[in-house]
Amino acid sequence: MSAHTESSHGHGEADAHGHDDLGIHATLKGYLTGFVLAAILTIIPFWLVMSGGFEKSSTTALVVLAFAAVQIVVHMIYFLHMNTKSEGGWNMLALVFTIVLVVITLSGSIWIMYHLNSNMMPSQMQDPANLP
Amino acid sequence: MSDHLDLTKLIFGRLTLQELPLHVPIVLGTFVVVMLGAIALLAVITYYRLWGYLWREWFTSIDHKKIGIMYMILGIVMLLRGFSDAIMMRAQQAIAFGDSAGYLPPEHYDQIFTAHGVIMIFFVAMPMVTGMMNFVMPLQIGARDVAFPFLNNFSFWMTVAGAMLVMSSLFIGEFARTGWLAYPPLSDIASSPDAGVDYYIWSLQIAGVGTLLSGINLLVTIVKMRAPGMTLMKMPIFTWTALCTNVLIVAAFPVLTAVLAMLALDRYVGTNFFTTELGGNAMMYVNLIWIWGHPEVYILVLPVFGIFSEVTSTFSRKPLFGYASMVYATVVITVLSYLVWLHHFFTMGSGASVNSFFGITTMIISIPTGAKIFNWLFTMYRGRVAFEVPMMWTVAFMVTFVIGGMTGVMLAVPPADFSLHNSLFLIAHFHNVIIGGVVFGLFAGINYWFPKAFGYKLDPFWGKCSFWFWVVGFYFAFMPLYWLGFMGVTRRLSHFDDPSLQIWFQIAAFGAFLILLGIISMLMQFWVSFRRRHELRDVTGDPWGGRTLEWSTSSPPPQYNFAFTPQVHEGDAWWQMKQHRYRRPTDGFLPIHMPLNTPAGILLGGISFVFGFAMIWYMWPLAALSFIALLAVAIGHTFNYHREYYIPADEVHRVEASRTELLANHV
Repeated sequence: MSAHTESSHGHGEADAHGHDDLGIHATLKGYLTGFVLAAILTIIPFWLVMSGGFEKSSTTALVVLAFAAVQIVVHMIYFLHMNTKSEGGWNMLALVFTIVLVVITLSGSIWIMYHLNSNMMPSQMQDPANLP
Repeated sequence: MSDHLDLTKLIFGRLTLQELPLHVPIVLGTFVVVMLGAIALLAVITYYRLWGYLWREWFTSIDHKKIGIMYMILGIVMLLRGFSDAIMMRAQQAIAFGDSAGYLPPEHYDQIFTAHGVIMIFFVAMPMVTGMMNFVMPLQIGARDVAFPFLNNFSFWMTVAGAMLVMSSLFIGEFARTGWLAYPPLSDIASSPDAGVDYYIWSLQIAGVGTLLSGINLLVTIVKMRAPGMTLMKMPIFTWTALCTNVLIVAAFPVLTAVLAMLALDRYVGTNFFTTELGGNAMMYVNLIWIWGHPEVYILVLPVFGIFSEVTSTFSRKPLFGYASMVYATVVITVLSYLVWLHHFFTMGSGASVNSFFGITTMIISIPTGAKIFNWLFTMYRGRVAFEVPMMWTVAFMVTFVIGGMTGVMLAVPPADFSLHNSLFLIAHFHNVIIGGVVFGLFAGINYWFPKAFGYKLDPFWGKCSFWFWVVGFYFAFMPLYWLGFMGVTRRLSHFDDPSLQIWFQIAAFGAFLILLGIISMLMQFWVSFRRRHELRDVTGDPWGGRTLEWSTSSPPPQYNFAFTPQVHEGDAWWQMKQHRYRRPTDGFLPIHMPLNTPAGILLGGISFVFGFAMIWYMWPLAALSFIALLAVAIGHTFNYHREYYIPADEVHRVEASRTELLANHV
């Protein structure tokens, strides 16, 4: 049985600039679509903040954050050329793992810090220096 | 006169001659000894004209095998430093009772326990784990190097630069006195105005760059460069654990970088992330650093689990029991390691729901770990177990690690943790898992792969001496600490009043002395093996009857690792090839494309050291200059297009033919 294949390019770094696996959106149209979308998604929150925003500032903050999240997706699709199949699915796996970790980290930290604050002694809570 | 002063201040920042330890006899003595040692080493290298050789063959090398070996050497050198801190603490605690103040003043003692923790985790365990992965993993997957060979060299030198910064804190200024994680408010500028915490921050940031980049590098190597036919479920288990570890590194180390950057901003420019003013919260530092810190525990221990798996199955002459369950256990640990971080600060003030959630997740994570222990036991069951030195370490690990795991589950119960936290019980627990797990595993790995790296086996007599001194010494050193912890003795104390405790500290000090003998035996083992290298020679390349691809090539492997990339059909690829009476190809070689050495890595590491040193001492012009130099060298290196070459087919043929001859003569 043959235990070997002939490998003329055994080296990884050398391989890296051999092939360009840029996915489906690596076209002028793709970049322009991405650019326009990114611009729109930036202008709306900017306008929202400059025009005073919603009545509650927390609503404004949440809306701006939502636009930011959509912006991330636009960047990933149009500029990083990611889709569910690129790099044999490794990109998608890495993305899911990243999202899981970010959610764990953020929600866990918020939960923990909230609990810490609510367990502070009342006298300390009245001290404005201790308020967030 | 004032102009002169300003100029001095501009150039040297806050560094003055007072920062040199001329008035502290212990440090001065150490300094003299270290300097004499360094001068002797440099003299030997010069005498034997080794500079050119070291520079060409090692420092600028981007061969993953040589970089792996250099990581191991760094780890062992730093182990000596970290251990001398340990034995100083043990000696101090054994004598500092009642009227006796011991020989270490408190501010010196505080630096020692901080430096001990930082060095052992960041500059002993991390380099050695990275070194193991660097050396072994590409060989196991049938690759010729890592995915980004230059980056590998650069990562190594960044780690060295961080280690050198910690070492220079011994003689110039002082190290942090805050404990190994430098919690604020103690570590902020008001409480620690001297350069100690800045040494801590910059050494970890610079070494952290190296760790992160090497994590990315090894991750890409495993994903992209496996030999044809090696699907994920046919990867050797060490490669699996390396994969999970590098995923953890890439995900966790940015958190450490960010939290240290915020601490640095608090100290340097007066921001208020972790102060008690303007909405700052020191608890957030504790929370964030443990989001990195707990995965870090698994970054260290997962590759070591891989080493034990390889060793157990090789020396039991059996395939690993439950390969798939081992893989799943590793992956589950990878994810769960992000869900337990609060168990490091149960007592910080969270409510019952938070504490019970993290207590339960902590207990859950012991399940996959327990499954691994059973897999190793069942691998040994009915195997023909050969008790060579690596296997002895593995058995000692199983016993020791289970004890450490059980005390870990005790600490995972929040009510129990309230009485045990911050006590010597905790110290005993984490040394039990780190020494019993990581250190034993690294020693098993060193004994197991040493013949592959150098072409001769390690001397078993001194190996066994080292083994028994270490294991017995470990139990003597740390079992008394469990007992003391139960009695409520807290950690990080340099003096005690209750004379009834002294006997336990003396036993612990005796244990540390046995460990010292273990370390000396290990150094003896290297020396004796080098002297006896002709008797211990491994001609076959497969001294243990191995199962994975690294044993299919010669010991030490040729520069290109494999003349032809192996084709993998099953797990335990080399074992299967031997079963099918595999024959080495002896002709038809092709030129092999390889990366070329470069001095850019060591240059960048050196400049980073200067940059870190300048930032620590507020030498702003030097900091700016070195930062610009850093960018210039990095950008300059991108214009270096002369990075690869071909090993001619003739030379490959010559190397392989000489091995064929050697093998023929050997049988």
